[in-house]
Amino acid sequence: MEAYLVAIAIVAAIYVLLALGLNLQYGLTGIINFGHVGFFCVGAYTAALLAEKGWPPLLSFSAAAALAMLAAWPMGLISLKLREDYFAIVSLGFSEVVRLVVTSEKWLTSGVQGITGIPKLFGGLATGLPNSLAVLAVLVAVNLLAIAAMRRIVTSPFGRTIEAIRDNEEAVKALGKDPAAFKIQVLMLGAALAGVAGAFYAHYIGYISPDQFIPLVTFQIWMAIIMGGVGRISGALAGTFILMLFLEGSRFLRDIMPFISEVEMASVRLGVVGLALVLFTLYRPTGLMGDFTRK
Amino acid sequence: MKPEKKIEPGEQLLSVENVTLRFGGVKAITDVSFDIRKGEVRAIIGPNGAGKTSMLNVINGFYHPQEGRITYRGETRAKMRPHVAATQGIARTFQNVALFKGMSTLDNIMVGRTLKMHKSFFWQLFRHGPAMDEEIEHRKFVEEIIDFLEIEHIRKVPVGKLPYGLQKRVELGRALAMEPELLLLDEPMAGMNLEEKEDMCRFILDTKEQYGTTIALIEHDMGVVMDLSDRVVVLEYGIKIADGTPEEVKSNQKVIDAYLGVAH
Repeated sequence: MEAYLVAIAIVAAIYVLLALGLNLQYGLTGIINFGHVGFFCVGAYTAALLAEKGWPPLLSFSAAAALAMLAAWPMGLISLKLREDYFAIVSLGFSEVVRLVVTSEKWLTSGVQGITGIPKLFGGLATGLPNSLAVLAVLVAVNLLAIAAMRRIVTSPFGRTIEAIRDNEEAVKALGKDPAAFKIQVLMLGAALAGVAGAFYAHYIGYISPDQFIPLVTFQIWMAIIMGGVGRISGALAGTFILMLFLEGSRFLRDIMPFISEVEMASVRLGVVGLALVLFTLYRPTGLMGDFTRK
Repeated sequence: MKPEKKIEPGEQLLSVENVTLRFGGVKAITDVSFDIRKGEVRAIIGPNGAGKTSMLNVINGFYHPQEGRITYRGETRAKMRPHVAATQGIARTFQNVALFKGMSTLDNIMVGRTLKMHKSFFWQLFRHGPAMDEEIEHRKFVEEIIDFLEIEHIRKVPVGKLPYGLQKRVELGRALAMEPELLLLDEPMAGMNLEEKEDMCRFILDTKEQYGTTIALIEHDMGVVMDLSDRVVVLEYGIKIADGTPEEVKSNQKVIDAYLGVAH
């Protein structure tokens, strides 16, 4: 049971990193990014391939973040001048392109077979502690760092400007700032977080393949921040918690609903999360941690 | 960066020459010329759809005219993006209040100040040293504006919750935070009651006195226009039909027919 809880906590912590990035992009800046999983994928493959080459984790994780940012840069440059709904389409396309590239470039990624045997982090730790606990500790530390940075951003002039962009882009232009430049920076920051999350994911699961990086992942993170409360750091945390509760909790549904087969259960899980999302948007549109000072 | 050249009061600050703006087949502005002198209040009036807001949008770079020239501070400008116009000292307010609704009054006005903040993102994250000094310095200026506009009591209130008249005032404050040389006001008194209008008039005149700001405004309330402005340009269907002091414009037959209404 403890091992199970630690495992869930690790996955949740990875999701929180993703949610924090998306919250920065959508919640604070208003960028509708439907391609978050693309950056996650870039990070995962970067870390996995560099680990194969024997790079130390610190370097390969930095590279994962850097490459994810680098992927975001041209994409933002081309498309962030579009109106936000068009950007949503482009970003969704972007993540699918990333997935197709890793599927097709077999020489590098071994295609649909995926990369196996990615070493566990802290595999050589001799303290007697299970290494998953160490991984969890590092993940929590990274999350805390990201949250601290996020809190600083919110109260900084940069943060004020991006929130202003979310509320009224035209007015920001009239005040002398180019919204596109800020949006590109935000997109890259969020991508870096997703890249790091991808690196943790690859090392934790030990096996990555293209079918783990489908748009559903993006939408699960969207569900998390919508249920938690858009634009709030606590919302990203609470939302991920709710999401994990539903995804994992519905496993136990089987015990009370034995007539559902294993295959059907996967659909039921998604259905339950979907229902929760609908209920949230109906009865708590600002999310669990929604800001009630705002109109 | 602003050019160093200083323009004395009464000299030409901005001139619009033969500007034509089309949206597809629709001509919003046809061959309009006028100028704005340093230190004056210049009103642009005209019936609905006369092209007044389009004119403001041309001046601050939201629209790019197909024909004509705009000269600001002695420099004829090429196609210009709005944020560049802002860095050259042109600020504006919007007809339908374009505030950042989720943010407080204070933060809204601070965003107006962002243009003057140059410390990098990483300094800002540390929240110490030069970025902090900069923030404090600008905060002081913003507090002055808040005092000036008498909105101390709503500093922390999210602007979305404020009544319309106050929102307009906050928007003026945000524009003033840029310390503009030229301030464009798009119907600053629309939808206000008499008392709010009087307040706004006072703030506009005080702005001119205290900061030496040149003001171009669009307004429908003729009484306000006549009281406030030094010179008035009148548009109708995108064409300039009169230009001069309020008295001249008031007695111009074309203006009376087109805008003030005439007994048939």
